[in-house]
Amino acid sequence: MSAASTLNSDGLARDERLERLKLFGLASPAILLVMVILVIPVGWLFYVSFLGADGSFSLENYERMIERKSYARIFYTTFEVSILTTILCILIGYPLAYFMSQLPNKWANICLITVLLPFWTSLLVRTYAWLVLLQKSGLVNEWGMSLGLWEEPLRLVHNMSGTLIGMVHIMLPFLILPVYSAMRQIDRDYLKAAANLGASPRRAFWTVFFPLSTPGLFAGALMVFVLCLGFFVTPAVLGGGKVIMVSMKIVSNIELFVNWGAASALGVVLLTLTVGILWIASRFLNLDTVSKGGH
Amino acid sequence: MSDTGQGALPIAVRNVTKTYGDVFALNDVSLDVKSGEFLTLLGPSGSGKTTLLMVLAGFTRPDSGSLKFGEDEMIRTAPHLRDVGMVFQNYALFPHMSVAANVGYPLKLRKTPKDEMDRRVEAALETVQLGGYGERGITQLSGGQKQRVALARSIVFAPRILLMDEPLSALDKKLRDRMQIELRHLHEKLGMTTVYVTHDQREALTMSDRIAVVNHGRIMQLATPQELYEQPANRFVADFIGDSTFLDVTRSGSALGAAGTNLKTTRHVPDGEGLSLMMRPERLHLITGKPAKDENVFEARVTELVYQGESYLLYAHLKDGTEVAVRGAMRAGTFDALPKQGDTVQLGLGVDDTVLLAGEEA
Amino acid sequence: MNWFSRPASETQVTHGQRLWLYIFAGVTMTLLVVPTLIVIPMSFSDSQYLEFPPEEWSLRWYHNYFGSPEWMGATATSFKAAILTTIVATPIGVLAAYGLHASKIPFIRATFVLLITPMMVPVVLIAIGAFYAYVKLQILYTMTGLVLAHSLLAIPLVVIVIGSALKSYDMNQENAARSLGAPRWKAFMTITLPQIRFAVVTSALLAFLTSFDEVIVAMFISGGENSTLTRNMFNALRDQIDPTIAAISTIMVLVTTGLMIVAQVFGTDKSQK
Repeated sequence: MSAASTLNSDGLARDERLERLKLFGLASPAILLVMVILVIPVGWLFYVSFLGADGSFSLENYERMIERKSYARIFYTTFEVSILTTILCILIGYPLAYFMSQLPNKWANICLITVLLPFWTSLLVRTYAWLVLLQKSGLVNEWGMSLGLWEEPLRLVHNMSGTLIGMVHIMLPFLILPVYSAMRQIDRDYLKAAANLGASPRRAFWTVFFPLSTPGLFAGALMVFVLCLGFFVTPAVLGGGKVIMVSMKIVSNIELFVNWGAASALGVVLLTLTVGILWIASRFLNLDTVSKGGH
Repeated sequence: MSDTGQGALPIAVRNVTKTYGDVFALNDVSLDVKSGEFLTLLGPSGSGKTTLLMVLAGFTRPDSGSLKFGEDEMIRTAPHLRDVGMVFQNYALFPHMSVAANVGYPLKLRKTPKDEMDRRVEAALETVQLGGYGERGITQLSGGQKQRVALARSIVFAPRILLMDEPLSALDKKLRDRMQIELRHLHEKLGMTTVYVTHDQREALTMSDRIAVVNHGRIMQLATPQELYEQPANRFVADFIGDSTFLDVTRSGSALGAAGTNLKTTRHVPDGEGLSLMMRPERLHLITGKPAKDENVFEARVTELVYQGESYLLYAHLKDGTEVAVRGAMRAGTFDALPKQGDTVQLGLGVDDTVLLAGEEA
Repeated sequence: MNWFSRPASETQVTHGQRLWLYIFAGVTMTLLVVPTLIVIPMSFSDSQYLEFPPEEWSLRWYHNYFGSPEWMGATATSFKAAILTTIVATPIGVLAAYGLHASKIPFIRATFVLLITPMMVPVVLIAIGAFYAYVKLQILYTMTGLVLAHSLLAIPLVVIVIGSALKSYDMNQENAARSLGAPRWKAFMTITLPQIRFAVVTSALLAFLTSFDEVIVAMFISGGENSTLTRNMFNALRDQIDPTIAAISTIMVLVTTGLMIVAQVFGTDKSQK
């Protein structure tokens, strides 16, 4: 390059670096917060999980997880609850989203409020509401018996079924919102074209509409599943001690046993599972749709 | 407007280079825009014309180079300190402000007193023929009106340089044609040095004092519209401006030939190998009767005849197989008298219109 | 032609054939809303057993709530924390979203992922991590600690909401303002910010609710006089079904609904509809 073509290049390069730094600097308070309160402490938990009771390096926290039956049960329960919740959410949420997507805009927005209202309401309030409704002398039992559907009060809460009812209710909006928005984006002319080409309504739905809605469905289902894995409040209240999930064990390890090593190891496994699933999923679908699905 | 008394500033661009990775968006570009001139940067999309405009405005920082407005080096100056008016492609009007607030925005930043501000805003709106529109909202305006507001906003603070990035591209054809003339008049009235970016060659020819044809981050030719059309510097320019067909030219000694015809020309003959002859459809004509002395004659066979209303377009194959087009004006009866498909015809190209181009720039 | 035999879709399925879907959707929507709302009448019941419909109406549980210094203190803490979280997280998140949107550096994507990790990491882990960090920083059981942790949880929401608003915003407007003589920060304040104001309101409300509704982190790092309402509610729920909580729930539902209305009124752009 000739001398002329590097005119002002040093100064311009300096300006460019400075501008980048300034713009990036705008994100620094947020980055700092995430680093100090999340990344560094979780890194420390990671470190602690490899310390034994005597403070030296050891895998005992992880070995215990493999050896003890109780831990296997906890992981089994966690997956059972997460998978069942996800399936129930799909079975209930998909048709509802479909119903809303077929409505004119005005009506769809009104129906959307019924999804958004619980979405915005405190999780604790909703969990409490189910506790009240499902308890032995609760409304569901009272009405069920007075209608003659069952004789004795059913045990609806403080067990798996109570947990699932609460979880599904809380997770449904996370499934419905992305599915609904995916369905809204489907061009209705595709269905007309399918019908025009000779597809029956059923066939047009399964070969055209459903495949086009799957990105939203995947995003929603993934969101629900991952959130379920780390869930705490609802199973803790509605499970009545009979449904123990990983996050609950982590809490009890610290609150009851002050065993940071065991809690950390469980936390590391839970985090690895969550990140692993998100990572695998992100290879198949655009993560942006997942993050958008949240709100 | 009375406030643009300070006169315009010349712009001097020197050795400006901008790369994105391995790609040169601007490759060692130098350019002088004279004081008060209307200069157009013309090129296909991705040619670097917008990048160059953004360098002038300060929104793109080049890797190296120099930029002077008058005597002052501006290359490292922040956009808000350059004092240039700019009209954006999609107008970039502020939708949360009224027309008057939009136009008054630059004056407010310059702490202009309220009554003077009102006066200048109204004057600027009148300049663009929107007097009394100040209280309107931006969303209530039509495309052409938005265009005018954007223009008023960019001239209200009397900048000495005005930049425009394809400002008419969003308008429909009729409105665009009218705005071209209006912009031209406005430029004559205000006298600001103006740099205008477009990919529309007709727009460039209509409005500009001079045109810089840009491609691959370089300026291919800088000339007046007439020079550009009549004597393009190379095949790219000839191809981009107007329609043309190119014939390979053979040279033996001082004799030139193309498609079996010996060429006579009054124009400059470039040195070197690989000459080509530029044939524009409207410069070719059908010879009826005897050819004139001062024209080159080509034998051809008609392949297609197209009726286009104000003119006809006749496609024909020359002896060497090249397809050329001939455009002619039309009157009642002209079309029916034209030769038909398959007829053999003679095409004439005046010696003044016989333009030879050097071949090295493909 | 009656309504049942009218076509309801592009593929000419009739409303009659879709009846099952309408009934299903109606039941589901009822089940989504009713459990949250039914607590409201129940909270006015005089009985210990939360009847519906209540046989005797009374404000007994509200007296219980408003008369209890602990509940009142916790409520004050929750509001304080939520307001402070909104004040901290919204500007930090807006700045970060703008920085990420405007700059062209290569690791923008990685930074974005880092900023939304608080949404992906299980909250329990964040809670015990923060607990550990706060012991070291000596801000355990303080308002500062609570607000910082809740801001951490709110930042991903702010960044996502503002980020997507900026994506649909024409940055040329900011450039136009700069060419007209505004320094960048001024262009942002006078041109960009007013136009993303709906997203800012929405993200501020989300930040408020994130803090106000949060349970698990508060369980670990709030305590003593800085216990939050949700923390105390959760502890009360573990023990027994205290009807006072129905009264508190009612108030929380009202707060949420109020905020939702605020979001509808100030958080959406009516001019675009």
